[in-house]
Amino acid sequence: MSSRNSSVSKGVDWTVVALYAILVAIGILCIFMVEYRSGSNWLQLFLGGKTNYSKQVIFAGFCTLVAAFILMADSKLFTAFANLAYALGILLMLATFVIGKDIKGSRSWIAMGGGFNLQPAELCKIFVSLALAKYLSMQNTDFSKLKSQLIAGGIVLLPAVLSRLQHETGLALVYLSFFIAMYREGLPAGILVTGISFGALVVATLIVDPNVLAITLTIIAILIIYFTRRQIKRNSKLLLIIIATWAVCVGVQRFAVPYIFNNVFECYQSQRIYSAVGKDYDCSQNKHNKIESATPGAKAYKPDDYNVRQSKIAIGSGGFWGRGFLKGTQTRGKYVPEQHSDFIFTSLGEAFGFVGCAIFLLLYFFLLIRITVIAERQRSTFSRVYAYGVASVMFFHLAVNVCMTIGLFPIIGIALPLISYGGSSLLTFTVLIFILLRLDADRQMVLR
Amino acid sequence: MSVFNQSRGRVVQIIFGAVFVIILIQLINLQVFSAKYKLAAENNAIYRKIIYPDRGIIFDRKRRAMLENTISYDLVVTPVESKGTDTLALCQLLNIDTVEYKKRMREIVFKNTSVKPSVFEALLSQELFAKLYENMYKFPGFNLIDRSVRTYPYNTGAQVLGYIAEVDTGFLRRHREEGYEMGDYAGMNGLERTYEKVLMGVRGIKRYIRDNKSRIQGPYENGMFDTTAVAGRNLYTSVDVEVQQLAEKLLANKIGSAVAINPKTGGIIAMVSSPNYNPNDLTGSARRKNLGRMLLDTSRPMFNRAIKGQYPPGSTFKPLGAVIALDEGLITPNYGVSCFGSYTNCGVLVRCEHNNAGHAANLRLALANSCNSYFSDIFRKAIDNPDYKNPTGGYLKWKEYMNAFGMGTKLDVDLPSEDRASVPDTAVYNRAYGKNRWNSCTILTLGIGQDKMTSTPMQLANMMCVIANKGSYYTPHFVDSIEHEEAEDKAVLAKYREKHIVTHTSDTVFRAVHDGMHDVTVYGTAAAIKVPGVEYCAKTGTAQNPHGKNHSIFVCFAPKDNPTIAVAVVVENAGYGSTWAGPIGAFMMEKYLNDTIATDRLAEVERISNTDLVPSAIKEWYVRKDNQRQARLALEAANKAAQMNEEEENADKLPNAVPKTEEPKKEKDSKKSTKANIALYLHADDRFKVKKSKA
Repeated sequence: MSSRNSSVSKGVDWTVVALYAILVAIGILCIFMVEYRSGSNWLQLFLGGKTNYSKQVIFAGFCTLVAAFILMADSKLFTAFANLAYALGILLMLATFVIGKDIKGSRSWIAMGGGFNLQPAELCKIFVSLALAKYLSMQNTDFSKLKSQLIAGGIVLLPAVLSRLQHETGLALVYLSFFIAMYREGLPAGILVTGISFGALVVATLIVDPNVLAITLTIIAILIIYFTRRQIKRNSKLLLIIIATWAVCVGVQRFAVPYIFNNVFECYQSQRIYSAVGKDYDCSQNKHNKIESATPGAKAYKPDDYNVRQSKIAIGSGGFWGRGFLKGTQTRGKYVPEQHSDFIFTSLGEAFGFVGCAIFLLLYFFLLIRITVIAERQRSTFSRVYAYGVASVMFFHLAVNVCMTIGLFPIIGIALPLISYGGSSLLTFTVLIFILLRLDADRQMVLR
Repeated sequence: MSVFNQSRGRVVQIIFGAVFVIILIQLINLQVFSAKYKLAAENNAIYRKIIYPDRGIIFDRKRRAMLENTISYDLVVTPVESKGTDTLALCQLLNIDTVEYKKRMREIVFKNTSVKPSVFEALLSQELFAKLYENMYKFPGFNLIDRSVRTYPYNTGAQVLGYIAEVDTGFLRRHREEGYEMGDYAGMNGLERTYEKVLMGVRGIKRYIRDNKSRIQGPYENGMFDTTAVAGRNLYTSVDVEVQQLAEKLLANKIGSAVAINPKTGGIIAMVSSPNYNPNDLTGSARRKNLGRMLLDTSRPMFNRAIKGQYPPGSTFKPLGAVIALDEGLITPNYGVSCFGSYTNCGVLVRCEHNNAGHAANLRLALANSCNSYFSDIFRKAIDNPDYKNPTGGYLKWKEYMNAFGMGTKLDVDLPSEDRASVPDTAVYNRAYGKNRWNSCTILTLGIGQDKMTSTPMQLANMMCVIANKGSYYTPHFVDSIEHEEAEDKAVLAKYREKHIVTHTSDTVFRAVHDGMHDVTVYGTAAAIKVPGVEYCAKTGTAQNPHGKNHSIFVCFAPKDNPTIAVAVVVENAGYGSTWAGPIGAFMMEKYLNDTIATDRLAEVERISNTDLVPSAIKEWYVRKDNQRQARLALEAANKAAQMNEEEENADKLPNAVPKTEEPKKEKDSKKSTKANIALYLHADDRFKVKKSKA
């Protein structure tokens, strides 16, 4: 028995376990701060199990159990069932279209009984990580080939599309983070650069006046042609490429972006994106809104950045040292919507100020760097890809969530890993991390 | 392959690091360099509740409270919580219909959102409060909130005490730096206005944390930043409530004024202006009902005639004329003139009441007999004083004396908007007669208190103080002392504690004046007026005026040898000074000096009180007004019967519109002399008639 125990704990990276435990504890503390009301008997409420923080403690206990099982499992199990798990995840996501439960306008939940609900799109991150790792680690996969890249992209994007169909834009975006892992495995940097450039162009379209931007783009194109005129003389195709790029950019800026904002996005989504860059979106241009307003009695949306404003006020009012534990007025007055889940970072920011936020972020940063270090020391491709998948997903969640609370990113429903209230989210990241730890503990074994 | 991509692991780490740095920079920006978020959070979450202190109390000279604070209630509603209210029952209690209820709710939600409490019905009457209080369980979302209001246990001194009212935007603009806010109450008139800063106290502020729906969560930082309210300080006045009440009673059904001053201190014992109103009519819920009516009333109950009414002093001026001539050294108490029933030296005939020889053989006799010839003569001596080259010079000296006595200048009493009345400037006569073309003859009747000279009842009382004090006075005032007096208050009250010495005549000379005035009460015009057990000095006046019957005027002081009360009484258009004003003044002195009215004289008090001396023009106005209201009510009733709702509204507007257009005109004209007022109203009423016939 003792030999069994030692083999389980042997090679486990306890640093990650400790960071995990600290972060989960911080999360429960933050939820407690949000829920706490002065004068109420919090201990009684806590033991009553009706409050969110006591539920989160129960989730944490359950996750500890799951983590223990994972550590005791055989690491070969994960490679073996990777594809099957992926198929199961997709099946569950499809199932939500039929048996899904409607929570806050999104049919992405499956009722588990006892008041607990499961979000398959959340769990699917694990399966995608495993499946991607499995595919890339296969002997006959040559990732430098376009076909392999497309298949890998397909594995990642399928759940993303399903999530989008369930109106979970945030979760859909998370799957894009796997491109970071793929980049590590040799995906051409050009794709990432193009993606980032496209993002920059869209942001520029929102901020800068369309005509000014068009002229700027034209000037840039002319300057490039001027400086590369020697190369163009040698290779006339280059001129064609530059002009095509210019045409695409202007096209995106003049037509594609307004079209997407007015016709593809819902009015509130356009508003959120605009408010993230500090602008107002006129909802009367939105197609969905037009359809709605055609029906009598429907009111046009007002430009509203209440969430971001209150969230920034909460974090900003924390100051350098913070207002102190349970002393935040924004938190106590429930000014920030969804503060226990997506906006949990605001309670931390208000109570503990810049110092608290910085310490928290450094802890997180340390965890992420630790995971990449673990990834690089893996012998097997499977373990490495999987580790990068975990790091990418967690990084994406953290960056987007924190950026949206401090007004650097539009508001999309993405939880702060290990901190936000929610069983599905906590379970997902627990499983992700502990599978990694199990794989890492067995890194001497060569896995396929 | 993996070896090739090893560098990419570093790139990924750098990307992670870069994003963390961006986040930290934005956090520094938000948390360390932007103060506005902290401010925004406080604006969000901290609710400042103003705690109103109790206003100071005003006491009379025997420490009886002339006004007190009591609690009144407002019905306050929070619209979101009011679902399930028994609207019908509430409407029945408040005597409104459901349409009105819905309208008020809409307005409240529009003005103050549906989550904040707003006043639904302010200042509930006692019985309404009782009814509502019993039924509050039927009205969720409604609350009864207490508020401090004034009450007046003695129902007296309305114009002196003034009233408090909610501040308006104009007030806030004028008193910007004084920390008033919308919804505050401030003194608007009388002592409440003058001593606003003393009575107001210091407001406290309590800070509460509120949530996103403005619900109070608890005190902010356990009340660390709260300030406590400091109650307003009390005022101790020289008023005698009982004398005040008596004077108001005596002047009932008359238009006029009475002022009593203690010459030893300048403290005002009583100040009455009639017609009067009950100060309780302007507090709490009664105010809304009564204020408009009182402002429109042609007899102007809000107008303090004691400090704003301007009356020719008539014969009551004569003692002062004598003092001026004596002080200038123009006559001695032994100076006499021979009068045979009129003064003819100026060509015009000034009649005298007496024609027996020797009735003006000396000052004492002349005063006792109120000889017009004598006082015309000494007035001419003053104007034609050889010390000054021309009548203008003599007149200026005379006017200087008058001003020193407080005539024709503001005395600076502690009430707002005191009037200076009039002792005409030389410019007035220059305009009337041409420069240097007037002399002592052209302005002769000034010497007997007529011509262009006017004075307020308070100035007349103050004149009596100067004579009673043998040449000095204290500025008349109400407030003797302030509770916990500070240096600032002492500075305010200093001017009321300073003795003004006006003349430099010896006491023996004044004795002649006193004796003459005493003789008035022994065998002169006031011989019939007695104050039991008190020797007093007095002078009656019967002032001619261009607006009807003579004003009845009486000035006096008592006791003769050690005066502690000086009184001036004016009853408009009531005839001889000795018939109405005299007895009123005597009763006031008796009440003050003997502390009671002799029982055999109480019937007389009642008789005077019940005698109606209101001029017929004003009575007619009331009759007309009443008729109009009757007609309007009849019309409304007829319209209601016909169920023509729209026309009913028009009919309602039409008669109301007329007095409304009249109002600004009245206010503007009120700056002119009081005497003109009755004429003005007659004039106004004429127009009224025209409009009415058009209507």
